[in-house]
Amino acid sequence: MTQVNMTVNGKAASGDVEGRTLLSSFLRDQLKLTGTHVGCDTSQCGACVVHVDGVAVKSCTMLAAEADGADVATIEGQANPDGSLNVIQQAFQDHHGLQCGFCTPGMVMSTAALLKGNPKPSEAEVRAYLEGNICRCTGYHNIVKAIMAASGQDVGAIAAE
Amino acid sequence: MPKDGGIGASSKRREDVRFLTGVGNYTDDINIHGQAYVFFLRSDMAHGTINSVDTSAAAGMPGVVQIFTGADFEAVGSIPCGWQVTDKHGEVMQEPRHPVLAHGKVRHVGEPIAAVVAETLEQARDAAEAIELDISELPAVVDMKEALKDGAAKVHDDLNNNLCYDWGFVEENKAATDAAFEAAAHVTTLELVNNRLVANPMEPRVAVGEYARGTDEHTLYTTSQNPHVIRLLMGAFVLGIPEHKLRVVAPDVGGGFGTKIFHYQEEAFCTFAAKACNRPVKWTSSRSEAFVSDAHGRDHVTKIELALDGDNNFTALRTETYANMGAYLSTFAPSVPTWLHGTLMAGNYKTPLIYVNVKAVFTNTVPVDAYRGAGRPEATFQLERVVDKAARELGVDPVALRRQNFITEFPYATPVAVEYDTGDYHATMDKLESMIDRDGFAARRAESEKNGKLRGLGVNCYIEACGIAPSNLVGQLGARAGLYESATVRVNATGGLVVMTGSHSHGQGHETSFAQVVAEMIGIDENMVEIVHGDTSKVPMGMGTYGSRSLAVGGSAMVRATEKIINKAKKIASHLLEASEGDIELKDGAFSVAGTDKSVAWGDVTLAAYVPHNYPLEDIEPGLEETAFYDPSNFTYPSGAYACEVEVDPETGKVTIERFAAADDFGNIVNPMIVTGQVHGGLAQGIGQALLENCSYDENGQLLSASYMDYAMPRADDLPMFDVDHSCQTPCTHNPLGVKGCGEAGAIGSPPSVVNAVVDALQSAGKDVTHIDMPLSPDRVWAAMQ
Amino acid sequence: MYNFEFEKPETVADAVAALAPEDAQALGGGQTLIPTLKQRLASPTTLVSLKGIAEMQGVCKGDDGSICIGGATNHATVAAEAGDYPALAETAAHIGDPAVRNRGTIGGSLANNDPSACYPAAALASGATIVTNSREIAADDYFQGMFTTALEDGEIVTEVRFPVPEKANYQKFVQPASRFALVGVFVAKYSDGVRVAITGASNDGVFRWAEAEAALTANFAPEALDGLSLSGDDMISDLHGTGAYRAHLCNVITKRAVTAAA
Repeated sequence: MTQVNMTVNGKAASGDVEGRTLLSSFLRDQLKLTGTHVGCDTSQCGACVVHVDGVAVKSCTMLAAEADGADVATIEGQANPDGSLNVIQQAFQDHHGLQCGFCTPGMVMSTAALLKGNPKPSEAEVRAYLEGNICRCTGYHNIVKAIMAASGQDVGAIAAE
Repeated sequence: MPKDGGIGASSKRREDVRFLTGVGNYTDDINIHGQAYVFFLRSDMAHGTINSVDTSAAAGMPGVVQIFTGADFEAVGSIPCGWQVTDKHGEVMQEPRHPVLAHGKVRHVGEPIAAVVAETLEQARDAAEAIELDISELPAVVDMKEALKDGAAKVHDDLNNNLCYDWGFVEENKAATDAAFEAAAHVTTLELVNNRLVANPMEPRVAVGEYARGTDEHTLYTTSQNPHVIRLLMGAFVLGIPEHKLRVVAPDVGGGFGTKIFHYQEEAFCTFAAKACNRPVKWTSSRSEAFVSDAHGRDHVTKIELALDGDNNFTALRTETYANMGAYLSTFAPSVPTWLHGTLMAGNYKTPLIYVNVKAVFTNTVPVDAYRGAGRPEATFQLERVVDKAARELGVDPVALRRQNFITEFPYATPVAVEYDTGDYHATMDKLESMIDRDGFAARRAESEKNGKLRGLGVNCYIEACGIAPSNLVGQLGARAGLYESATVRVNATGGLVVMTGSHSHGQGHETSFAQVVAEMIGIDENMVEIVHGDTSKVPMGMGTYGSRSLAVGGSAMVRATEKIINKAKKIASHLLEASEGDIELKDGAFSVAGTDKSVAWGDVTLAAYVPHNYPLEDIEPGLEETAFYDPSNFTYPSGAYACEVEVDPETGKVTIERFAAADDFGNIVNPMIVTGQVHGGLAQGIGQALLENCSYDENGQLLSASYMDYAMPRADDLPMFDVDHSCQTPCTHNPLGVKGCGEAGAIGSPPSVVNAVVDALQSAGKDVTHIDMPLSPDRVWAAMQ
Repeated sequence: MYNFEFEKPETVADAVAALAPEDAQALGGGQTLIPTLKQRLASPTTLVSLKGIAEMQGVCKGDDGSICIGGATNHATVAAEAGDYPALAETAAHIGDPAVRNRGTIGGSLANNDPSACYPAAALASGATIVTNSREIAADDYFQGMFTTALEDGEIVTEVRFPVPEKANYQKFVQPASRFALVGVFVAKYSDGVRVAITGASNDGVFRWAEAEAALTANFAPEALDGLSLSGDDMISDLHGTGAYRAHLCNVITKRAVTAAA
């Protein structure tokens, strides 16, 4: 066992881990941050996406030890300081960008990463960026719409209800 | 103007807030103090005789609590099947025993052989590797037609053969149907495969068993669409636990799509082991495990024939289908290719004679059961493909051929035992045609061709049957369960309501839409209504959510219970207002006396019910809580017309969906936003089936598509924006809300139009391609063009 | 996963020392290795992360104009910083998905030599030099078949040097599930000739298509490939396509790469 220390959602966090402990396991099992989900074991579904030192990574494909000393952000830290939904979260609710909610934390974290690098993505860019995030419920229509809305674009032309 | 609340409003989903902030409560998020973890040692062989399972070395490994094998479950019941089909000779189906852990033989890759309970999951897995298995491999039965040949290896030695049943429907129509084919002016024949799929909800299955010694009470937390069904099947038939000592909780569930309806061995194991080990036992499926342990879907091989007269009227339809059951009968498996498939073969058409034959076959593969649509997609696909093929053979417009044969008068009794209460198929087709700019297609095709691509347009109709019922009928058809739904409405003293529904939400948004209905009925704010589901200790015996039944059946139960509440509240109000009960009106959350300005607020009535100082105690009881069970008199019949426009790259065979339009008739709609989302999701799964998804076994029974590396899940860039309309509304005539169900429509209705479109594209280039089996992956499309 | 010790040295020398024990294994970005470990298909006693080695990070320009990429540089960084070799930056920008690109490294990809990976095609078509802690290996000598390279046990890819071609392009036709290359073709035109490397198709891993190279050297245009074909006999045949289909795609995708490069 070795000790790892990191900052998670702005707060210091530490724990003893085995070499094989995944970052996703450390977050879920030790820090009880169960918003990060695990939906596959081949690094494809993206339900586990978190940010490490400002970039999106799949926390199920990174060792906790690799995140030693890092600044980690998870879905639990995304809401506004007053607890209200942030712009991305609010757009997902407004545009029905989630159904069962299981892929949603990864979608929100990936969206945050996308918009950081590309504040006004086109529909094609959004769809391409989501290659590593699988949703089985929504058919992506409303996720794409929510992301474009979150970036401040007019989504009125996109058929909704 | 869109409404801002109640029925018909696109109310934002209240459940979203917890999902968006990471504080949902999924089963894997539940950790109980002292819990141990189970790892299942699963068969890597499709078929074999178990000579021995030696756990002696494994038992001494670090962290091991206890190891279980099939022998530990000999005294325990078989995993039950919930539907018994009677075959065309009047014989009941062959029904094998389905052990919790394999005993004697293994019958599919992934079947659990032993279970190791240990302090950590990795320790359990370490110990499982130390279990010594001696299994003699047997020839695997994979292909259904091979499985039925004389001399084929038997999946179950104690059954006569691999034929579960040979079902004829309607047997009395067979001779007349055959005669109609003899007399036909034209017969179109199509042989096709409805590809095997894996449901793949993003949340893998999880089970946590807990046992309280002091009270002898068992609790199972599980990823289920219907906790009461699990409690009944597992308690009564597998473990012998009376229901009052067994609580089943299905908390937030991350998608189901049918595959979380069924009772699985892992649930029974965790419940059993929690008592045996005297500590909570948790199992979390990996995605790799899910591929070999979640029930699969579809997997039909069909020959369909359509007979037409000289005026292109459909005169008869005849089908022969082989339906894969897998190695064991999953909970509702026998019903899928029969009552959920044969009864839909009339589709939207007035074909007078229909005969459906289905042979259900055991193979050495994972059990196959309901997946989004369940039988109805299989029926729709073959019917809409053969109609399209007929139109091409006859040189007539495929839309015109459909319209010519539409059912136009309702109610309509089909020759396959069901009666459509209402519908308007021309209306949805009119709507569709207004959405797809058919006139502009030629120009779009020309543009595609300029870019070296082929363009095709495919159209199809569909009919669905939701809310299977009534219970007494389905009982005659072999169901071993009722198909009603329940609701308890509890009004609190200060006026807020809690609805405890037997329906279960795993993405459908019931917490929002159900509240809209009750709020509308009483005239109060939606936020005064809380929806509780998924816990057998809280909600009345309910049947759960599947088959697009929740609003039509569960919603109706809730309406009935709310009506009882309102009736009683009116009595209380009449007492408070000193007026005749018949003069009391409820509007906007207040009771008033008709024609006067006298009124009393909802909250004053509810308070009186619980503080009954000024109260007609001699006439009615205090309190305000009512329960209703609703058993529908018929199915509901959503319908619609879909169109798909594709581009095909003739050099690579790659198909791209350029446009997809869906015009549905769901009857009345409570929350249009949610309904639209349901259609989107269904379309993605249907398009996934048509283009991407392929659950494939090799001849030895090894699963070739056993992870997301080989099973192609639809991604964002595989799909277009969808054009969805549900303004055509013929309300259901027999349920109080006039609703029909929308959850499966997209998955049922979309595959044929995709394939029809690809065939149209290839034929536009002069290719003599009349059919390609799904998925229409690039290699298959390219091969078909060669 | 089986358990292992985790080490994160800060110099190449320390990494080489840490990798000396027989069952020690290097960890780049882990995007292939960690899923492999989850399946318990490997059981290293020690994983040696190369991500803490500063000298193996980043993209720079060599004296001869070549693009030099540190072995532990992730795909996102190459996509962003290898602009002097646009086709290489574009290739990196389409490996895996965004989160994978933030972790996966060029050294890890080349050391693994997955038969469907993108970087091997880029390196082979570019005639890159694979620099290790002990030597320099020409790409033509480096790739030795599916999951097989010239690397010795414990040898680390510290840098990869790409000569910048006059024109180049990579086209990937993806396998629909994994999104790896079903067939990926990297075409690079240098002053002394054209190189064509194909990934995804062959049972022997990435390979050069000599006939196409000759034809394109004579005439760098898609028509030059008319009539050329590869045999599907030794190509991968699986759920996603037969060998014959892959062989057909090799021609189609090469043409598209040439068109895009020209």
